[in-house]
Amino acid sequence: MSDLLEIKDLRLEFQSLRGTVKALDGVNLTVREREIIGLVGESGCGKTVTGLSVLRLIAGTQAQVTGGSIRFRGEELLTKSESEMVKLRGTLVAMVFQDPLASLNPVFTVGAQIARVVRLHKDVSGKEAREAARAALARAGLPADDAILDSYPHQLSGGMRQRACMAMAISCDAPLLIADEPTTALDVTIQAQILRLLLDLRAELGVAQILITHNVGVAAETCDRVAVMYAGSVVEQGTAIEVLKHARHPYTIALYDCLPHGKTAAELHTIPGSVPDLIDPPSGCRFHPRCEHAMEVCLTVKPEPTPVTGEHWVACHWAASRLASQSRGMTA
Amino acid sequence: MSKDVAVNPEGVVASPLLQVEGLTVHFHVKKGLSKRSADVVHAADDVSFSIRQGETLALVGESGSGKTTVARAVLQLNKPTAGTIVFQGRDLATLRRAERRAFMRNAQVVFQDPYSSLSPRMTVHDIVAEPLRAQGGMSGRELEASIVALLEMVGLGTQHQWRRPHEFSGGQCQRIAIARALALEPKLLILDEPTSALDVSVQARILVLLEELQTRLDLAYLFIAHDLAVVEAVADRVAVMYLGRIAETGRARDVLRDPRHPYTVALMASVPSPDPEQRSEMKVIGGEVPSAVHVPPGCRFNPRCRFRMEVCDRVEPQPHDAGGDHLVACHLPDDFDLAAAPEPPAAVAKEDV
Amino acid sequence: MATPAPVSAGSTGVFVDWRARHASSAAETRHNVRVFFRDKLAVVGVAWICFMIVIAVGAPWIAPYPDEGRGASHLANRFAAPGAQHWFGTDNLGRDVLSRVIFGARIPLMISAAVVIAVLLIGPLLGALAGYFGGWLDEIIMRITDIFLAFPAIVLAMAFVAILGPNLRNLAIAIAITWWPWYTRLVRGMAVSLRERPYVEAAKTMGVRSPVIVLRHILPNTLGPVVVQITLDVGTVILEVAGLSFLGLGARPPTPEWGLMVSEGVEYILEQWWMSVFPGIAIFLLVLAFNLVGDGLRDVLDPRMKR
Repeated sequence: MSDLLEIKDLRLEFQSLRGTVKALDGVNLTVREREIIGLVGESGCGKTVTGLSVLRLIAGTQAQVTGGSIRFRGEELLTKSESEMVKLRGTLVAMVFQDPLASLNPVFTVGAQIARVVRLHKDVSGKEAREAARAALARAGLPADDAILDSYPHQLSGGMRQRACMAMAISCDAPLLIADEPTTALDVTIQAQILRLLLDLRAELGVAQILITHNVGVAAETCDRVAVMYAGSVVEQGTAIEVLKHARHPYTIALYDCLPHGKTAAELHTIPGSVPDLIDPPSGCRFHPRCEHAMEVCLTVKPEPTPVTGEHWVACHWAASRLASQSRGMTA
Repeated sequence: MSKDVAVNPEGVVASPLLQVEGLTVHFHVKKGLSKRSADVVHAADDVSFSIRQGETLALVGESGSGKTTVARAVLQLNKPTAGTIVFQGRDLATLRRAERRAFMRNAQVVFQDPYSSLSPRMTVHDIVAEPLRAQGGMSGRELEASIVALLEMVGLGTQHQWRRPHEFSGGQCQRIAIARALALEPKLLILDEPTSALDVSVQARILVLLEELQTRLDLAYLFIAHDLAVVEAVADRVAVMYLGRIAETGRARDVLRDPRHPYTVALMASVPSPDPEQRSEMKVIGGEVPSAVHVPPGCRFNPRCRFRMEVCDRVEPQPHDAGGDHLVACHLPDDFDLAAAPEPPAAVAKEDV
Repeated sequence: MATPAPVSAGSTGVFVDWRARHASSAAETRHNVRVFFRDKLAVVGVAWICFMIVIAVGAPWIAPYPDEGRGASHLANRFAAPGAQHWFGTDNLGRDVLSRVIFGARIPLMISAAVVIAVLLIGPLLGALAGYFGGWLDEIIMRITDIFLAFPAIVLAMAFVAILGPNLRNLAIAIAITWWPWYTRLVRGMAVSLRERPYVEAAKTMGVRSPVIVLRHILPNTLGPVVVQITLDVGTVILEVAGLSFLGLGARPPTPEWGLMVSEGVEYILEQWWMSVFPGIAIFLLVLAFNLVGDGLRDVLDPRMKR
């Protein structure tokens, strides 16, 4: 299975009033055709910025890519012109955001907005576009009747609005969908519906997805593979089971331990310290100030991805040294 | 430590700290010029529960459930349309304005968004001092000492006093909010989704802090949440609300491990598990929460309930005891096996308008 | 665990305490000043206003012909064109126009200061009370506000001045009366949304009394937009003063008020253009300066840009 999207060593900075924010510090991520990969991390880790950079939706003047590459089916995206990017947004890569109310224009009906997207990318008549919108709504699990097509966003409930956004995203058959916290603003029962929809979209339409979330449960339920981000880079990537149940990176392990599932308050683990300031981040591995396994090298050298088994890799000196001694132990 | 029954030294069962009976809160949204054409929002209907000293009651529900309305009614921020709220033995409705103001120092609140719950132009020192100045009548050294003590209690240093909220992280702001809430030495803390806006690792620290404070200060918590994993970790007892009514109440392990109301079952099933090996447990329930203006007749959950019977469309179920202080508002018999029923259809039910 | 700060005892202790207390707001002010200074036009505006203040204060020493500036006429030198002796020429009474313009700088500055103070004392407070308490207080205050808003400033000023006599003091009062309602309305709108904020509700649950809530929580958070609006409005106030004086409803001769000067020069505008043009330019530049500063302040104080 070839790679649909390959992000290699992506670096990005942006200017703020207090200084240069080194938001992405070498992000490595691969997405295969027809798979759902979760991009998991806490606030400030850069997961949203990564998603936006694929479509180059980060404000041009303030953010600058300072290194790395993003390849979609082998083609480099970072060197494309803005007009080329406009053509591929929606047709090759689509995106859905956290707040569906903010993503939909309040003065246009839902049907009109979806039809407009269709007409932007395909040479069809107004009537055909409306029918395409209707079909898209149906695929997103909404009743495909005129009532919904002619509704304004504020007339729909939160879950229906998010479905409408998804319909808009899949209306031009993009093979890759980036969903940035699509269920965070929704109730948990509606969240379950939307996650089921994401799985259905993959099963029926073959849409690959990057599911950006801070909720480990959401990633565990829907994703084939998971990438964990911390302070601007991916620290661990592999299948969901490998990363969540056999984690190698201290941050992944600690994050999983913090989850309250099945514990009493007294049993909760915490991570000491706090998320670093990205204007003046720690040297070497950005997690070292909070890591209980930090070694000398962690303070100076940023760890590179080390393979664990098959798909699973981890960017950590301690994990790498453990792996090395384990394999030595096995061959001895 | 069992907090099932609060027993004082004489062996007598102590009366609850907070007793809410039949609380009903309706809002009138004006439609048109005359009041007669107003829509009535049934935010809360006939809600009853109690909290004992030192205990945590979790109020669980999704949007429109009324949990926030109930909390605000207890805090006297909303005026109840009907029902009684008895706090520390006094019926709040019988108190006059000045009395109530002094009395309510025993119930304080921590809100969901750490940043908007702290006045952005005030320093941390003034934020924590505010309740002490307003009600405690403290000043000078006593005030300064109290502020320092409160900040230390939540794990913040005195050097933080002179900063403003926007200079702190979300978790630290929540700590400041907690310190402020504890300033008047309340017996009851109402926590409205205190960790929902925080990252997982920060959430853990706040929950640990709350647990410590509860033990140290013998506080009761009314903990509002929608995250059932958090609820399971902190609650002694749980009350599940749906569209303004209580669906189920009982001890945390009873309600969460052995739910008797179809909504609670659906809620528990919707929660994604972080264990990827335990997948496809997420049973999707169709439909959405209807509007609180046009509540369905009979049981409010009936449009989405897969065990719906004829009686559910006509008669509103009253809470009855299903055994061991486990109250359920449902027409199904107590021994009905909710897990054995077939999977609900995956398609979305058309929204009830 | 940090060591507790020493309880301030001696005078140096108090001073140290004060600096720590205000460190955060000092840092914020420094940051705001830096952001403000990025706007070059706003800086030019501030510079011009400062310059105007300096010449207004130092008029007796700066103006080349101070007596003429105050009004003394010098009929032998009527209608002198701008030249080395009189940079701005002389007017129909032989008075040096430059000196008159310099002395005239005091008037718009003083009147706008007076109007601003009066408006700020009344307007925002009423708006905050109306917005926070709602109910009948809101109704009464807003209806009174609406009544005042319904009067066009010019008409009200004319009426006022007609009854009480035309002079600058009455003019200032008339303008203040027409300006305060805008601030009441502005602050009321903000107060209505602010009262829903969690920190206000928290204050209520803590038992903080309503007047304290209005003063400590509502009013300070309306400061930003009010300051911006006031700065922009000063320009309009200056224009109104000039305009009404032009119509004969404000300053009386021989006061060197710029609008009055323009009016006095109108009949000679074709030949002796300098009588009206220089004071006109002075009005224009001062109003522009306040507008530029107001725009610059908006960038600093606009809540959208914070956090």
